[in-house]
Amino acid sequence: MGYLGQIFVMAITAIFIQNYVLSRFLGLCPYLGVSKKIDSAFGMGMAVIFVMTLTSSITYLINRYLLTGMMYLQTIAFILTIAALVQFVEMVIQKKAPALYKSLGVYLPLITTNCAVLGVAILNTTALRPDGITPYNFLDSTLNGFFSGVGFTVVLLAMAGIRMRLELVNLPKSMKGMPIALILAGIMALAFYGFMGFKI
Amino acid sequence: MKFFSELTKGIIKENPIFVIVLGMCPTLAVSTSVDNALGMGLAATFVLICSNMMISLIKGIVPAQIRIPIYIVVIAAFVSIINMAMEAYLPDLHKALGIFIPLIVVNCIILGRAEAFASKNNVLNSMADGLGMGLGFTLSLSVVATIREILGNGTWLKMQVLPSTYDPMLVAILAPGAFITLGLLMAVMNIIKEKN
Repeated sequence: MGYLGQIFVMAITAIFIQNYVLSRFLGLCPYLGVSKKIDSAFGMGMAVIFVMTLTSSITYLINRYLLTGMMYLQTIAFILTIAALVQFVEMVIQKKAPALYKSLGVYLPLITTNCAVLGVAILNTTALRPDGITPYNFLDSTLNGFFSGVGFTVVLLAMAGIRMRLELVNLPKSMKGMPIALILAGIMALAFYGFMGFKI
Repeated sequence: MKFFSELTKGIIKENPIFVIVLGMCPTLAVSTSVDNALGMGLAATFVLICSNMMISLIKGIVPAQIRIPIYIVVIAAFVSIINMAMEAYLPDLHKALGIFIPLIVVNCIILGRAEAFASKNNVLNSMADGLGMGLGFTLSLSVVATIREILGNGTWLKMQVLPSTYDPMLVAILAPGAFITLGLLMAVMNIIKEKN
């Protein structure tokens, strides 16, 4: 398989087969919390793609060149990187693109505690390319961060679309809100299990 | 008797999972079996007690603007300790919980308690709050895990509880089962709350 083919497999795996939310259980808080409206779901999704891509590339460099022989510092180093990065991105966007800041603004600080972001950074350190032997290089890590962000956004948008319709449905009082959202997520996860059979 | 009320409120009245709805990721991911749930719950309880104690001790000297990064570093330090201790003494459990141990750092319950409680209360009450919240978390995790393990595997804490002719409902220990079990449990909690 050529390199482009492997990247394609990585993309399909991250978005559908091993979706971060529905099969790895990462990033559930924003998935359940920010999926009430399509607009806010889209804003959150974009912010997550942005931060995940940047985090993946920077944590790759930190892990490869700074942490050699000090693996026990990994968790602390990664979470500090993410916190600093989110703060930095927030300031840059606020200065350079006020319109984007207005739409992303509230979601950016929330991303620090989105476990999908720390999750992708940690998983990248041990992940292998689809051929099963080569560890990720810098480009692979960055791309994997991007694809994982896209996977998150896809299910977040789907969930928001369904939940907007649910507003109009006459539900039993005890099922309103979180319970029905969770059951919905379960049905979506069941549907995503269909992708598991894919062998690429 | 403030100590005891701080201790017990986390278990039922302010249960972190069913009432405040925080810390969903580990709840759903590690509740495939009861021993995983207990391991995760106790690890999180340890981190909660230690980080609440530490943050309560340093609350006077932390500048308000940078308190969140400082809290996160304190939490990350304790998570690294428990991560290494588990790797050394409980390698099987460490392997089963995998990435969710380092991810205790971003568990909203811990940062949430640091911000909402430990940064405003004295050391003893903060530790009681950490213990109570941790036990509440462990308890609800075990409830979810009990249902999933019995339905999906016919066992409880690896002991066979259903007759061996029982055909396991595999979906219960897969990802969809986690969401549906928790959703139904929350609906039941809502019904109980309405009745009261």
